[in-house]
Amino acid sequence: MDAMTASHDAAQSLQDEVLQAIEKRQALRIRGGDSKRNLGRPVEGKELDTRAHRGIVTYDPTELVVTVRTGTSLSELEAALEANGQMLPCEPPHYGEGATVGGMIATGFSGPRRPWAGSVRDFVLGTRVITGEGKHLRFGGEVMKNVAGYDLSRLLAGSFGCLGVITEVSLKVLPKPRQSASLRLEIDTHRALIKLAEWERQAIPLSAASHDGTALYVRLEGGEGSVASACDRIGGDRLPADYWEALREHRLDFFSDPRPLWRLSLPNHTPVLDLPGSVLMDWAGAQRWLKSSSAAATLRRLAEQAGGHAMCFTSEAGREPFHPLAPALLRYQRQLKQQMDPHGLFNPGRLYAEL
Amino acid sequence: MNILYDERVDGVLPRVDKTRLIASLHEALPGLLVLHEGEDLKPYECDGLSAYSTTPMAVVLPDTVEQVQTIMRLCHAQNVPVVARGAGTGLSGGALPLEQGILLVMARFNKILELDPDARRARVQPGVRNLAISQAASPYGLYYAPDPSSQIACSIGGNVAENAGGVHCLKYGLTVHNILKVDIVTIEGERLTLGSEALDSPGFDLLALFTGSEGLLGVVVEVTVKLLPKPQTAKVVMASFDNIEKAGRAVGDIIAAGIIPGGLEMMDNLSIRAAEDFIHAGYPVDAEAILLCELDGVESDVHADCDRVRQVLEKAGATEIRLARDEAERQRFWAGRKNAFPAVGRISPDYYCMDGTIPRRALPGVLRGIEELSRQYSLRVANVFHAGDGNMHPLILFDANQPGELERAEELGAKILDLCVEVGGSITGEHGVGREKINSMCTQFKPDELTMFHAVKKAFDEKGLLNPGKNVPTLHRCAEFGGMHVHHGKLPFPELERF
Repeated sequence: MDAMTASHDAAQSLQDEVLQAIEKRQALRIRGGDSKRNLGRPVEGKELDTRAHRGIVTYDPTELVVTVRTGTSLSELEAALEANGQMLPCEPPHYGEGATVGGMIATGFSGPRRPWAGSVRDFVLGTRVITGEGKHLRFGGEVMKNVAGYDLSRLLAGSFGCLGVITEVSLKVLPKPRQSASLRLEIDTHRALIKLAEWERQAIPLSAASHDGTALYVRLEGGEGSVASACDRIGGDRLPADYWEALREHRLDFFSDPRPLWRLSLPNHTPVLDLPGSVLMDWAGAQRWLKSSSAAATLRRLAEQAGGHAMCFTSEAGREPFHPLAPALLRYQRQLKQQMDPHGLFNPGRLYAEL
Repeated sequence: MNILYDERVDGVLPRVDKTRLIASLHEALPGLLVLHEGEDLKPYECDGLSAYSTTPMAVVLPDTVEQVQTIMRLCHAQNVPVVARGAGTGLSGGALPLEQGILLVMARFNKILELDPDARRARVQPGVRNLAISQAASPYGLYYAPDPSSQIACSIGGNVAENAGGVHCLKYGLTVHNILKVDIVTIEGERLTLGSEALDSPGFDLLALFTGSEGLLGVVVEVTVKLLPKPQTAKVVMASFDNIEKAGRAVGDIIAAGIIPGGLEMMDNLSIRAAEDFIHAGYPVDAEAILLCELDGVESDVHADCDRVRQVLEKAGATEIRLARDEAERQRFWAGRKNAFPAVGRISPDYYCMDGTIPRRALPGVLRGIEELSRQYSLRVANVFHAGDGNMHPLILFDANQPGELERAEELGAKILDLCVEVGGSITGEHGVGREKINSMCTQFKPDELTMFHAVKKAFDEKGLLNPGKNVPTLHRCAEFGGMHVHHGKLPFPELERF
């Protein structure tokens, strides 16, 4: 094993760095591969690099659980699972070569399979975390069911590093489906949404569904029989399976449009919305990518009116990336941040100026 | 160590002026149903953990969210502890009242507000029964997946508070995986929406934090759940084993073959015989263990998986393998398992149900440990096991009329939970900590971890008025408890003074 993949426990030195930061009241910018650095607000702080803390701690495929240090590269984890016919069902995006497991947990973004399989947080079983008081603690564990105490592990997923330094995570994994087939079907967006709603209520084994304005793209996963019969029923043309990775990693042509990229997260079965810009639907319509130069307030209002929220994926000074929170909710989130990170060390302002 | 609230170790509770409280409730909410006298309070003294009861100072039964908000504001202002209660089916004493507090009963919130079959979600009030959601969704070919065994009676608000599970968790997840949005009222009377109808929400994931928080952070006033399409078909394979360890290994083999069963349950000989006597499910009474493996989904896939499972089970040394011939037989196979608790109740005056979880590979060792403890305490233990997700339900058989037997059963139970923690498991998989397992929390978590839990609580309820004494023990309680259970000659919590 070379230095990049050798297993190494650097928890002690990470903890020392946090203790020093507490002493100096020095804010920290927690980083892994920095592949998602531009998501969220910029952070001023001393860099805390997790990448020396790497390696798979335990992996027993028959338990469907892997425990991994957060500085491990996401590709390395995925390769280890692949070698055993298993996968991270939430299909997390990398957004760059050096993406780490810690970045996946901290940002909580999930890929095309999310509506059917679940999100990153859904697969988190346990974490170890260095707290705002510099303690290295363990929450949750390696078991599927665990309701002892508060579920801090799932809270940490998607917290953008604002509540602690996640050093280790235990994840539920699943066997890869026996069969997978992807199809392209030329129907308009409106009809596609109706079709999808119909298939969702039947036994169609969907595991991805997107629409680019011209065609509907679906992936079917399951046993040989169910996939074959669903393919017959849906029709259309075969689509290379790497389409989904290109969609997940924002490598489709759609994403090269120079206008800012917005992510609209919407309720299931939201109809076609009249959005100012070009739209690429994922998650059967529950996640819509929008290229638009319209004002943030306009886009947020449109998302809100449909029962969802909007996040800007293109960073620009003066524009808040995350959808504003209701004042009461923000107050409790701030209180939570104050309790868990009393010195305000971890990624201050990454989510909101107040957190 | 008695589990009823003990101010000496659980913290001093505020003194409540009952007359003033009742008067101000009547004044603020003339239409509110308030019970505060003798016999009226009787039905609310305990939940599903009936060995323990406490008479609450008063019971309030609101039926609007505004009433809940007013009650909470009033209690916050007057420093009145509040214990919320749904259907009262919880097994860990999570809704056990306090003499110095009110019991907030949410049972009248029993309406399904909206069911959208195309969006596959339902918005319901917290007092709606778990099964009622699936029944309402059934005409559309949909259902709500988590199915705790109390599902005909338990309410969805309680399910959220406890992060309830059931027999299908391995494939379909727990409550936290099957809800989109929860509206809560905080102790300050603030209504908050956690989550959304979309698949995610901005900011910290308070929905994940709130699920399973046992009424310590807020009170659930509305829940939006996901609905799933009903599986086209379901088949059950029953396999018998002459050795329980072989059955345990077979579970791992099924998973290793890439199969995720809808349900995968194990029963030991004592539970098999008890269930067979009661239900006549057709169980093999001579088997040391049986596995029930349910495969659900699309017809052709289920058929193929049944063949695979059969091969795996043969290789694993099953002495008999039976596929339920028809739906009636499938229902019978399940009826035996689902009635295992009452079945055991017929062969013993009382039983005490445990809820530990373990990594599956630890099963043989833990079962041997339980057998050893069972001998040591001279109490029989029947083992029922959600084998797929590692959740054990050892049932300790005892007779409460025999002096000291309940205490012995509880001590044996705590020892079993210690075993679960030792092998990397948890003291509770789905029943919650409540009051019942408050001492065992001291085994699973270190003082700093408990301190972090208390910090989280403070963010939502600084005065500590919501369900005090449940879920997370004080460090003083752990110190006292640790003093009674000295491990390896060393006292845990050496930094704390002893009382």
